Amino acid sequence: MGAQLRVYRQKIKSAKTTKKITRAMELISASRIQKAQQRVAASNPYTRAVTKAVSAVATYSDVDHPLTRHVENPTRTAVVIFTSDRGLAGAFSSSVLKEAESLIKRLSDEGQEIVYYLVGRKAVANFKFRQRKFEKEWTGNTDLPEFSTAREVAAAVTEKFSQDAKEGGVDQIYLIGNHFVSMILQEPKTVRLLPLEVVEEEVAESSDIFPLYEFEPEVEQVLDSLLPVYIENRIYNVMLQSAAAEHAARQKAMKSATDNADKLILNYTRLANAARQAEITQQISEIVGGADALVTVSED
Amino acid sequence: MAKDIQVNLVAADREIWSGEASMVVAKTSVGEIGLLAGHEPMLAILVPGEIRITQNDGQKVVATSEEGGFLSMEHDIVTVVVRDASLN
Repeated sequence: MGAQLRVYRQKIKSAKTTKKITRAMELISASRIQKAQQRVAASNPYTRAVTKAVSAVATYSDVDHPLTRHVENPTRTAVVIFTSDRGLAGAFSSSVLKEAESLIKRLSDEGQEIVYYLVGRKAVANFKFRQRKFEKEWTGNTDLPEFSTAREVAAAVTEKFSQDAKEGGVDQIYLIGNHFVSMILQEPKTVRLLPLEVVEEEVAESSDIFPLYEFEPEVEQVLDSLLPVYIENRIYNVMLQSAAAEHAARQKAMKSATDNADKLILNYTRLANAARQAEITQQISEIVGGADALVTVSED
Repeated sequence: MAKDIQVNLVAADREIWSGEASMVVAKTSVGEIGLLAGHEPMLAILVPGEIRITQNDGQKVVATSEEGGFLSMEHDIVTVVVRDASLN
């Protein structure tokens, strides 16, 4: 067998092996998107209830709460970045980091100091490579986030927020994570977590105004215990969205990898066939040439 | 016969129970409260404890919350929101 042919066969074999892996990953991600979306859907009733309650309290009271208080000239800001733990998901993590980069630039142009919190190994690796300091990291379960992790993140950032900026606390908190728009589109999204702007997503649906609630025990206490719950929920929601987006991004990336492997296999098969044909043609012409030479010799 | 109330019992990661009921009893930070249809709108903080839902046919659904949460009632819809709870 010719050397050229052997090289082609080897490349075909390697592309086939890669294809098997990417195909398997594509299928796994496809099945996990469903699960991740179900988890988002399952947490929706809670999100709705919490958001509604917080908006109700916020609408019917002018309570001045530390968590909703705006600082005139923020000097320190915390940024929580949600990436994935593993790669092979296309631009999933890098698009979030890029988005984070632009926010960081904007904030530092305003002269703010930034404190980082990282979720996901990719973000940690990126920060270590750039030798940027970060406050805290959470890694290990970005594709299947748990509520307990969201609570830890919430506790860490809320504590930082409640401190004074001069003593190492922060004035604002931003969350940056991928948002699951559709199976083929995932977008990085920046939201300000604190000071709180209550996001009422379904205003149109329930246009009737909130009734006058009776609070038990008092408005302040109700808000005191509601806001941390709301913050936890927002963080958990971002994590669930990010997990769903991660699987979708991975499925998309692996699908195109599989398609590329197919293309490679096709091309190399053609080249290998051509090489084989060329080899055969050469052998035939060698034999014919040799026979001709023998005939000429014997005729002499 | 009193009207029914619509009850939704939700935890952080899932809906635990929902349906029609005649009464909901939960433990708030100032004591146990029982809600019937027609109760005025309220928002209350729940402490860890039992949440008892009496269905129309008299059957009871009991859930235990380890961490508490809050409860809101308006227009005969009760939403019990707890971080984590399990049906007994």
